[in-house]
Amino acid sequence: RTEIAEYRANRSVVPRCAVPCPARPGADTTAIMPAVSKGDGMRGLAVFISDIRNCKSKEAEIKRINKELANIRSKFKGDKALDGYSKKKYVCKLLFIFLLGHDIDFGHMEAVNLLSSNKYTEKQIGYLFISVLVNSNSELIRLINNAIKNDLASRNPTFMCLALHCIANVGSREMGEAFAADIPRILVAGDSMDSVKQSAALCLLRLYKASPDLVPMGEWTARVVHLLNDQHMGVVTAAVSLITCLCKKNPDDFKTCISLAVSRLSRIVSSASTDLQDYTYYFVPAPWLSVKLLRLLQCYPPPEDAAVKGRLVECLETVLNKAQEPPKSKKVQHSNAKNAILFETISLIIHYDSEPNLLVRACNQLGQFLQHRETNLRYLALESMCTLASSEFSHEAVKTHIDTVINALKTERDVSVRQRAADLLYAMCDRSNAKQIVSEMLRYLETADYAIREEIVLKVAILAEKYAVDYSWYVDTILNLIRIAGDYVSEEVWYRVLQIVTNRDDVQGYAAKTVFEALQAPACHENMVKVGGYILGEFGNLIAGDPRSSPPVQFSLLHSKFHLCSVATRALLLSTYIKFINLFPETKATIQGVLRAGSQLRNADVELQQRAVEYLTLSSVASTDVLATVLEEMPPFPERESSILAKLKRKKGPGAASALDDGRRDPSSNDINGGVEPTPSTVSTPSPSADLLGLRAAPPPAAPPASAGAGNLLVDVFDGPAAQPSLGPTPEEAFLRFVCKNNGVLFENQLLQIGVKSEFRQNLGRMYLFYGNKTSVQFQNFSPTVVHPGDLQTHILSGLGHPAPRQLSSPRGSPQTQVDGGAQVQQVLNIECLRDFLTPPLLSLPVTINKFFQPTEMAAQDFFQRWKQLSLPQQEAQKIFKANHPMDAEVTKAKLLGFGSALLDNVDPNPENFVGAGIIQTKALQVGCLLRLEPNAQAQMYRLTLRTSKEPVSRHLCELLAQQF
Amino acid sequence: MQFMLLFSRQGKLRLQKWYVPLSDKEKKKITRELVQTVLARKPKMCSFLEWRDLKIVYKRYASLYFCCAIEDQDNELITLEIIHRYVELLDKYFGSVCELDIIFNFEKAYFILDEFLLGGEVQETSKKNVLKAIEQADLLQESQNEEWGGLSEDVL
Repeated sequence: RTEIAEYRANRSVVPRCAVPCPARPGADTTAIMPAVSKGDGMRGLAVFISDIRNCKSKEAEIKRINKELANIRSKFKGDKALDGYSKKKYVCKLLFIFLLGHDIDFGHMEAVNLLSSNKYTEKQIGYLFISVLVNSNSELIRLINNAIKNDLASRNPTFMCLALHCIANVGSREMGEAFAADIPRILVAGDSMDSVKQSAALCLLRLYKASPDLVPMGEWTARVVHLLNDQHMGVVTAAVSLITCLCKKNPDDFKTCISLAVSRLSRIVSSASTDLQDYTYYFVPAPWLSVKLLRLLQCYPPPEDAAVKGRLVECLETVLNKAQEPPKSKKVQHSNAKNAILFETISLIIHYDSEPNLLVRACNQLGQFLQHRETNLRYLALESMCTLASSEFSHEAVKTHIDTVINALKTERDVSVRQRAADLLYAMCDRSNAKQIVSEMLRYLETADYAIREEIVLKVAILAEKYAVDYSWYVDTILNLIRIAGDYVSEEVWYRVLQIVTNRDDVQGYAAKTVFEALQAPACHENMVKVGGYILGEFGNLIAGDPRSSPPVQFSLLHSKFHLCSVATRALLLSTYIKFINLFPETKATIQGVLRAGSQLRNADVELQQRAVEYLTLSSVASTDVLATVLEEMPPFPERESSILAKLKRKKGPGAASALDDGRRDPSSNDINGGVEPTPSTVSTPSPSADLLGLRAAPPPAAPPASAGAGNLLVDVFDGPAAQPSLGPTPEEAFLRFVCKNNGVLFENQLLQIGVKSEFRQNLGRMYLFYGNKTSVQFQNFSPTVVHPGDLQTHILSGLGHPAPRQLSSPRGSPQTQVDGGAQVQQVLNIECLRDFLTPPLLSLPVTINKFFQPTEMAAQDFFQRWKQLSLPQQEAQKIFKANHPMDAEVTKAKLLGFGSALLDNVDPNPENFVGAGIIQTKALQVGCLLRLEPNAQAQMYRLTLRTSKEPVSRHLCELLAQQF
Repeated sequence: MQFMLLFSRQGKLRLQKWYVPLSDKEKKKITRELVQTVLARKPKMCSFLEWRDLKIVYKRYASLYFCCAIEDQDNELITLEIIHRYVELLDKYFGSVCELDIIFNFEKAYFILDEFLLGGEVQETSKKNVLKAIEQADLLQESQNEEWGGLSEDVL
């Protein structure tokens, strides 16, 4: 306890920290305990805290705490009623223990008792405890809410504020339900004290953020907007935050805040540094309020009213001007507060993106900060410039700072600043500076922090592709990436270089030559082996003429890496080898030797073993022609969103890659590469982005003009009236045919043929769809979609894809979406019938309920017994109709069998009649079905009767079947 | 602002204020992670860092680190000055504040913070107004203590 006296004596020499100062050695004064400073009396608490601090070990601390908890528990349980002061002290001790990180499971009730004390400090501690240790016990919540309600109604502003702080700190839904309706009233009431208004505004903000549905909008909203005019700066400061939050969801309701905010801002910006008294902070008038007002304005487009807009622009200019004035104080607080406003002003200018003059001024201002001695300012300037780079007005201005930014990348000591510099280089990159930026980033990569290497790799890969003028540069860049930071080059990056090389024949020879050289390095990264293996397998022939890279040399170079590589890479190399056999027959014997080796044929890895076995057999069985067909050069890859860009976005969250992704508004860079096809040299191949519209651009003579994009083609064909005479039956007719059969052509016109093969067992079915391209032009982005009713579940087993074996080594992850002219692709659907259903899947797949028929044989007696059981009127459906086809008994039989039912002989006394039975199998239930078909040859009529245990099924089957005869 | 943490150079948490609902487990995890990250930074480094999807603004005052987590669109520099204004308030109230004041009078530190920031937003920036509210409370408290005849009864 002597510590207390000691502390009192020492208080003046305890380290002071009002002004930031470098840490002194031993500044943590563990042994000293401070006296209670002001107006306080909880000596027991101070002693306890001091004891805890003197504990030498964690165990000792826990022991001391447990002793204290036991003591408090006994006090709370004791017979003697505790006075408010003791209660406060113990509750405060519990709070301290909790804040040390220990669990507290009692004391809530005592804290709640404190809430109704009329002694301010007891109430205050009670509220603090409740705010920190929120408890979901509903009885407690009821009591707490009651206490809060009393304080809110007390008209004592200090108590009201305590209650509002508590609601704001807890911010739970329960509190919202209890108070969300009252607080707006307190906020706008004429007689509320300023401090109460401030608390009410922010309390409401917290509740609105937690549960917006609980805060009723109403007449008060208009009055809240007018708080922007309030005389009390504190009220305005609190109210702006609330308005900013509310107006995001209801911009129109709060529109009037724009002009009010502008005039308030204008008054602050133009005021002298002393006008606002205590709201001036280090000679800067109301910095927090200014920042908040500028933030609020960013919720809206530029003001429509010219006067308001003029006044605002004046404000923004004033802020920019003031940035150039000499500082009024050397204190960092002065410059921070001033620059906080400046950066928020620049954010608003960027948000409007409509004042070229201001944008360029902002850029120049940030340019000055790039070389500022304050690290914080350099960091923020780099960050802010990133957004400026995406504006067409300031993009060029940003670019002038390229050398400074490159220098920052090289010399900044703080990795987070270097990261900002890398981001900015990425954002300011365009055709004119791509080579410089990419080479600087590559150089930086050699020494970059491990944490950001992958991101830099992605950025370099994207820039190199996007701004490649000649693709040899692109190839060099990616290979450099692999060389410098192979471990950080993700699959997306090296897949991408393969796609691009495959799609561009002007770079293939160069790529082959370059990878061949790269592979000669004694130690090369495995990713290099992958890229090299793939490219040589496809284009090795382009450099085979040079004796230094003759086929055997190529092979032995690759094979020298084989044993050091992972399974995936070895699998890829095996595919390269079989391609070599096709490309270079002279290597066949050597390669067959390799494949035949025990280490391959009996490899423990299934994939490697299978490839070795299959490739070996393929190479010995297949003729040269077959081999050449199977191992034909890969077709061009369909163009999609760059997978690398997608990855960068995932990595950095939405908006991260937006600088490039949104497309810069700078007209000069509109010619950025839209993918792999930027140059007109490859006009003959259809543009990757122009899906089926490619048909319209260069239609084959016979092809009718496509009326819509590929995505709509099928829908148009099925839904619309037949625009052109179709070759076969109408889709409806074709569909009907499938009721009684499983295979055939479902649809055909001049462009497309869809064939169907299907099989059904019990409640499951599998359907093969064959899409044939009848034109001579490739279909791009071909993606048939199956929309099925809820009672039927389809599952696309395999997407579209050429069933060619070469797919084995293809690095593509998603299904083929191109259909070459004259080619056919296949799609497999797995179908499960969950319940009975009436609507077939859209795209009108011939999946009707009868497909799930299970034929059932039964004797006449059983049949009639069941027939009688199903005698309710709604269980029967009957139809009498005229025959549309010749009435041939054999054909009828075949149709009924194809329909799925069993045919029962000797049931109907009339041998001309047909009787059938079956069960429809669905996942949820089975539906028994009996049917009778009575032909009347004389009248050329049929009578069809269906009885099933489910009414809609009877009707539906009856209708389906009736159309067949 | 999503939360504010005060911790010592030794990594001891001195004050925590959360403006978003989080479980105790999550709070402990965040605290551990951030204390480690911030303490690992060198003196001349910049006061801002990206952390998860938030921005961390921190500043060291003698043996104490003040650390705020703000959202993407929030202003870093003004947050730095929020920290400073809070330090000034503590300083004015305690009369040259030190870490020990905050340890032994933690409840006061919370009360002052509540007057200054509410729900993660600045409520009142005037030093006078904030302290007026706190001092009023202290006056009430002192008069109450007299009723109890000093501290004689108050041992554990």
